[in-house]
Amino acid sequence: MIKKMIQYQFLFEELVKRDFKQKYKRTVLGVGWSLLSPLLMLLVMRMMLVGFFGRDTPHYTTYLFSGTLVFGFFSEATKRGMGSLRGNAGIFSMATVPKYLFLLSRNVQALINFLLTLVIYFLLAAFDGITFTWRVVCLIYPICCLTLFNIGIGMVLSALFIFFRDTQYLYDVFLRMLTYLSAIFYTIDRFSPLGQNLFLLNPIYLFIRYFRKIVIEATVPTIWFHLLMAADVVIALGMGCFMYKKYNTKFLYYI
Amino acid sequence: MSVLEVHDVSIRYMTGDFKNIGLKEFVLRKLTGKYCVKEFWADKNISFALGKGDMLGIIGTNGAGKSTLLKVVSGIMEPTKGKVKREGTVAALLNLGSGFDGELTVRENVYLRGAIMGYTRKFMDETYDQIIEFAELEEFQDRMFRQLSSGMRARLAFSIASLIQPDILILDEVLAVGDGAFRKKSEAKMREILSRGATTILVTHALGQVRELCNKVLWLDHGEQVALGSTEGICDLYQQFLDKKINLDQAKEMLNS
Repeated sequence: MIKKMIQYQFLFEELVKRDFKQKYKRTVLGVGWSLLSPLLMLLVMRMMLVGFFGRDTPHYTTYLFSGTLVFGFFSEATKRGMGSLRGNAGIFSMATVPKYLFLLSRNVQALINFLLTLVIYFLLAAFDGITFTWRVVCLIYPICCLTLFNIGIGMVLSALFIFFRDTQYLYDVFLRMLTYLSAIFYTIDRFSPLGQNLFLLNPIYLFIRYFRKIVIEATVPTIWFHLLMAADVVIALGMGCFMYKKYNTKFLYYI
Repeated sequence: MSVLEVHDVSIRYMTGDFKNIGLKEFVLRKLTGKYCVKEFWADKNISFALGKGDMLGIIGTNGAGKSTLLKVVSGIMEPTKGKVKREGTVAALLNLGSGFDGELTVRENVYLRGAIMGYTRKFMDETYDQIIEFAELEEFQDRMFRQLSSGMRARLAFSIASLIQPDILILDEVLAVGDGAFRKKSEAKMREILSRGATTILVTHALGQVRELCNKVLWLDHGEQVALGSTEGICDLYQQFLDKKINLDQAKEMLNS
C-alpha cells in the first residue's frame, strides 16, 4: 500500500492540480464564486424562511448554514465524483493506473472547497452570537466521516454512471428529494417520536445534526450517535469498494 | 527463460444494447425482454512466449483481435480465460492521442502524461526541455492544449512516450507520426528505442517493418491464431493471402506441411 502510494504520488498530484484547473478555469473569481454561490443561496433562504421557522429556532442562520454547509459538501463531492471514471476513460483505457485515484483527486478538491466554506461558517456563526467552546474540536469526527462517506458514494455513482448514462439526472432528482428529507431549513420537533427516529436513517441528517449539536447547543452527541455515523460510512465505503473490485475490468467495455 | 508468456488466452467482447442506455431504459428492456447483448470472442486460445530481446510482430486484417490482445498483454484488460505472465516493467504505447486535457496548457499536459506513463517528477524536470524540443513545440509551451493541431498532438504524445525504457514494450502502429520531416525523425527514434533490447510486441499493417524488425510473427484472423513462428515464411504467406492468391484454409495447409 505504501509502496503504491509513493509510486502513484506524482500522478495523484498532477490529477489534483488538473481537477482544480478544470473546476475553476484558472479565474481568480473561480474560487471566490464557489464560496459566494452557497452564501447567496443561504442569504435568500434565510430571508424567505426566517419568518416561518426562525421564530422558535434559536440561531436560525447558523441552524440553516449547518444544513447547507454539510449538504453542499455532500452533493458537490458526490456529483463531481460521479464523473470521475467517465471523465478519465481516456486515461485508463491507455494505461494501467488505479481507477480510484481519479475519484480521490476530485474529493480532495471538494474537501478543500468545503474547508474554505467552513471558515466562513465559523465567522457567520460568531456574528450570529454563538460562543465557541472546546467542543468545536469534535467536528473533526463528522468531517472525516463525511469525507469517507462521500468517497464511498462517489465510487458507487461513478461506477453506475459508466453503465447508465442517465445516472446523473436520476441522482439530481434524488438529491432534490434528499434536500427536503434532511431537515436543512426546518426542525423535526413537529414530527411524532417515530417520525423523528426515522430521520436517523438519513446519514446526511446525522452529519447536519452533529454540527448543530456542537455549534449551537455546545453538547457532544452520544456514543451511539457516533457509532451510527461510523456504520453509515462503513456501508457506503463497503458498497463502493465492492463495485470497484467487481467491475474493475468491466468498465472498459462500456466506454 | 521467457520474459512474457501468454497462455491460452481468450477474450470475450460484448456488443449490443448495453452501451449508452440509461437505467430507466435498461429496466424497461429487461422487463419486456428486449434487452439483448451479444458476446463474441475477440481472441481465441492465443499462446506465445517471448524471451529477452525478442521482437514479435502481430499481423492480421482489421478486426482480427490484434488491439484487444495488446490490451490484455499490457494489463489494461483482463483475459476472459487464460493467463499472462510478465517479468519486469511493461509499457504499452496504445491510443497515444487519448488522455490529454484540452483545458490544460501544453506544459501541464506533458507532466500529466509523464505521470500517467509512470515517470517520476524528477525525471520529468530533467527531460522536459528535451521533450518539447523533440516535438518542436517550443513556442507553444504555455498555450492551451486544445489549440494544437492534431499533428502537433501526435508529435507531443510520441515525444513523451519515446523516453520510456521498459523491459517489455508494446506498440500499436506508432512507428511513425507527423509530416515528412518529423516522420523521419520519429522513425529514427523508434529504431533507437527498439535497439535498447526490450522485449517488444509490434502491431502494424506495414509488412516491410515486420520483416525488417521482428524475429517472430503472430498471424491472427478473426481472433484465431493462424500461425506463429519465424518471420519470412509467415510474412510471405500473409502477403499472398492479402493479394487474394490463396485463402485462409490454403494458408493453414501450407503452414502445416
